[in-house]
Amino acid sequence: MKRSFRFFLVAGVVSLLIGIAVSPFASSNPDGLERVAEEKGFIENAESAELWSSSPLPDYGVDGVESEHISTSLAGLIGTMATLIVGFGVGRMLMKRRDEGKS
Amino acid sequence: MHIPDGFVSATVNLSTGAACAALVGVAVARANRNLEAQTVPLLSVTAAFIFAAQMVNFPVAAGTSGHFMGALLAALLLGPWNALIVMTVVLVLQALLFADGGILALGSNLFNMGVVGGLAGYAIFLGLTFLLPKTRTGFLTSGAVAAWFSIVLASLFASAELALSGTIPFAVVAPAMAGVHSIIGVGEALITSTALALVISARPDLVQAAPRNTMLRRSL
Repeated sequence: MKRSFRFFLVAGVVSLLIGIAVSPFASSNPDGLERVAEEKGFIENAESAELWSSSPLPDYGVDGVESEHISTSLAGLIGTMATLIVGFGVGRMLMKRRDEGKS
Repeated sequence: MHIPDGFVSATVNLSTGAACAALVGVAVARANRNLEAQTVPLLSVTAAFIFAAQMVNFPVAAGTSGHFMGALLAALLLGPWNALIVMTVVLVLQALLFADGGILALGSNLFNMGVVGGLAGYAIFLGLTFLLPKTRTGFLTSGAVAAWFSIVLASLFASAELALSGTIPFAVVAPAMAGVHSIIGVGEALITSTALALVISARPDLVQAAPRNTMLRRSL
């Protein structure tokens, strides 16, 4: 049990560090799809602008945080924690029930 | 390769969305029967790792970037159906919280990255493990090559969705998409095999895909 916990602790901390400390250094160049959309002239089709305004953390940034670096770090922290918690919750919700397993 | 809203038509999004709904239904039914309580922390931490790693765009050729997708890594750690649940969690949170990938395009994005990347990628992995030596190296190589295919195949399905939506002809978009994603796929292969090697060293029992390779267990 102890050994098992240590692995998940390390993996969780590594994931959080990637989200918080590495993410601000990510390349800001367009990704593969965006690049192709620019080259082939359909990037203007993107309608996400209106939906972005309703998103709490659009484009992995926190509104009102001046520093882009800190803004991305915060978004990374929130997102990684959210995935960790939602992933755990969904897993617990969907997992095999013990009583059903026995029958 | 998160498709924003506006690139893909409602018809295509509804079709891919319906296919995803059916397959996620299968994944949920299988989890109800097979997902053990002690596997839930791995599912959770895999989702978190994929989310964090997807934020880190790395540069590829000429002013373009790419990022890790993770569907194949999830499939190797948790099995392909649990991987679909992981990708659903990641993509839904990305679309709702960060507007990464359209909300209407969620069906297409989950289809490309979860179904094609995870399920089809896993099928390729199984084929490769059958052909390659049943050793640690054979296992990691199968994972790396399947990871590369998971990216390139997903980009081809994204191209097909764009073409079916009348956005751009397949013959124009597919070579460009496959071209850039064949480079991004190398990054996917490296990250997948590195992560896999680390987990195998620390906790080989956690790698769902490993027990199939009886020789692998002996050679560890």
